[in-house]
This record gives sequence, C-alpha cells and structure tokens, in this order.
Amino acid sequence: MSNKKSLLDYTLRLADGGLILGHRLGEWCGHGPVLEQDIALTNTALDHLGRARSLYQYAAEQFNQLPADQKTNVFTSVSIQNIISSGASIDEDDLAYLRDGWDFRNELLLEQPNIDWAYTVARSFFYDTFNYFFFTALEKSKDASIAAIAEKSLKEVTYHLRWSSEWVVRLGDGTDESHARMQKAVNELWMYTGEMFIMNETDTSMVGEGIGVDLAAIKPLWMARVRAVLEEAAIDIPADAWMQQGGREGRHSEHLGYILAELQFMQRAYPGMEW
Amino acid sequence: MGAVSKEQIYEWLSSVTDPEVPALTILDLGIVRKVEVSGAGSETVATVYITPTYSGCPAMDVISLGIRMALVSRGIRKVVIEPQLSPAWTTDWMTEEGKAKLKAYGIAPPNRKAFQPLGLFEEDCVACPRCGSDETELVSQFGPTSCKALYKCLSCKEPFEHFKCH
Repeated sequence: MSNKKSLLDYTLRLADGGLILGHRLGEWCGHGPVLEQDIALTNTALDHLGRARSLYQYAAEQFNQLPADQKTNVFTSVSIQNIISSGASIDEDDLAYLRDGWDFRNELLLEQPNIDWAYTVARSFFYDTFNYFFFTALEKSKDASIAAIAEKSLKEVTYHLRWSSEWVVRLGDGTDESHARMQKAVNELWMYTGEMFIMNETDTSMVGEGIGVDLAAIKPLWMARVRAVLEEAAIDIPADAWMQQGGREGRHSEHLGYILAELQFMQRAYPGMEW
Repeated sequence: MGAVSKEQIYEWLSSVTDPEVPALTILDLGIVRKVEVSGAGSETVATVYITPTYSGCPAMDVISLGIRMALVSRGIRKVVIEPQLSPAWTTDWMTEEGKAKLKAYGIAPPNRKAFQPLGLFEEDCVACPRCGSDETELVSQFGPTSCKALYKCLSCKEPFEHFKCH
C-alpha cells in the first residue's frame, strides 16, 4: 500500500469511528433517561460528528488528488463510482452517505447497539479512554491537518471521558440492578476492545511516517485507566479472552448495515437531495 | 470605495454576534484569528480566518453568514471565510469585556485559564452570575450548547449556565 493510500485509509478509519459512534449516541436523542443526560449524549454525538466532518473533508481532499487510475478501485458502491467516473470530485457527504459497509473502517465496538444505559456507557468509556491517549499522541503527528484535528478533539474527548467514567462508577457502585447491568455490559463488550490496539499495515506505515500513533504504546495507559475506574466502580475486569476484530478491514458485525440503511437511505434513494 | 484597512474590517466584524450567545460578538469570543485585505475598490477581497469553538459547533455556518452579510453590506463583494483548526480555540481567547458581557447576560464566564486543566474528577468552583454566591452545584457538564455546562445556585436556587473553561 502506498503512503498516500495508507493516509487515506487512516483518515477514513478515524472519520468512520466518529460518524458511527456519533450516530449511535444520536439514537438516544429524545430517549435519554433525564433531560440533562439526553443533552449530554447529543452534545457528545455532535463532537464525534464534528470531528468526523473535519476528517472526511481531509479524506476527500486526499482522494481527489489521487491519480485517476488509483481512484477506481477504492470504493465499491455504484453511486460513488458514478461520481468518480464522471470526473467530478467527491466530498465529505459522498464519503459518509455513499460508501458501502465493507468500505467503512470503524472498529466493531462503535457499531454495537445501545441496548441499555450501561452498554451505552461502557462502549463510550472504552472508546473515550482510548481516544484520550490516542489524541494526546496524535497531536504530535507530522501531518499538520491530522495534528490540528487531534488538538481540537482532545479537549472534547476529555469531557467525554469524564462523563463516561463517572457513569461507570455511578452504575457499578450503585444499586444491585445497576451494578449487574454495568458488569454485564463490560463483560459483553470486552471482546471488542482488543481491536483498538491492533497494528495493521496502515498503522505500521503511518507510525513509520511519524503521522500515526504506536498503539502498542498506548495500550498499557488504556489498561491502567480502565482498571482504575472499574475498580472504583466495583466492577470485575474480564479475564483475557479471544478478541473480535475485522472492522478496520471492512469486516463488520451485522449491526453496521442497519445503521447505514438508516443513515444513507435518503441520499441513496434521492441522490444529491437537500433539505 | 478606496482601500479598506484591516482595522475597518475588524470594526465591521464587531457587529457580528454569536447566534447562540447573542450578548457576545465574534471578536469577544476570540474566534476571528486573522483578517487579510487585498485589492481596492470593487476588487477588494477580504479573507477572514475563523476557528470553531467546538468541532461540531452548528453556529459556525450562521456566523460565517453573519460575517459575509456584515462585509457585503459595507460594499465588499468578495468575502472569503477560511476555517482554521490550529491552534485550537480556548476560552483564554475570550476578551475580558466579553466575560463581563456574559456575566451581565446571566451566564457564568470561564473562571480559570484553560491551560491549567482540572484532574479527571475535579470540578470548577463557579460563582452564581445572579447573586454572586459560591455555593453552586454542577448539574451537567453538557448544556444547551457544547460550550456551556448546567449549574444551579444553592443560595438563590436559580439554575444557570456556565461557559466552560475549554
């Protein structure tokens, strides 16, 4: 894979993570247990979407600069192929609305359904902790655009991590019912946490370029923070187990298709429509 | 129209307010990072660099429109608005005048420097903008807009918003 392709792949992965979790959190809009928490989740969703937009804009810019012969085999969907073969450039919306599921690079964790408050909190907690250390390191990226987006995001991620950590403690150290639900969510989502630290070809290339983050280096930081919060919450840390993976290579769980069906329907059915 | 100075552009921009906190102008908020002027007369081009407060801030589109309107109505036909992400906006860029306006508007202004971050479970001590009491309680870190948190005053019992240190 060329370095240009690696950077595009890396940028899209980060963007897709923001879009998909932002969508999941957005599903709570109007359904939060109390008004303040409804607002907290939609605020957070907006941060994830805002970051995704900046990254998709940057990814589109990178894609549009690729030589014509390298553009044809990047994305599979007919809708996006039509734009590319007409010679037009693509934009952030095309990347969000017109790519097929296997062209999405987000981690499996982020597409897992909300189920209940504890699952929603646990999913965010694992990812917010990752993001906190990831963006701290990514701020030093040699790629100016990536570094700027990381710097902006780190401030927001810090709020997210506070919010989700507090909820893990509140539920874990709460009633019998909230404790049991929190423990179950942590147990069930644990197998999706390993994927965040896998170094694939794209990661290795990006670390080599000084653009990306060495995930092996942030894993112990993540583990220590997660352990500290779970201990305070009186939640048992799941034993080492087999970890799910594949999202970054486009092999997703069945849930992503349903998200995309809802997210992309209007643009697929009525191409180019505007409100 | 002859040559337009940067100072003139800044003066015109001082009429553009934040749609979600109308007490503040975009200059009070510190989101205008740079202004460039080139050409003269009908060929004048004004480029305004703005930075978002939060990544997904929906006010940015309205603010961009406000900037365009403010300059076009003064006869500048070519207005370019460039988003600038780095360095990331912080509440330290808000002017003292802006903080005073916020307080008068009923929103507790940021009360510490953003480069002195809190620990993970630490909380800000925020004075009530109405009665001045320090006996206040955080209700939620997330308010009606990304930049504000919800508080309540334990003395006068009024709820209020706090513009977060960021």
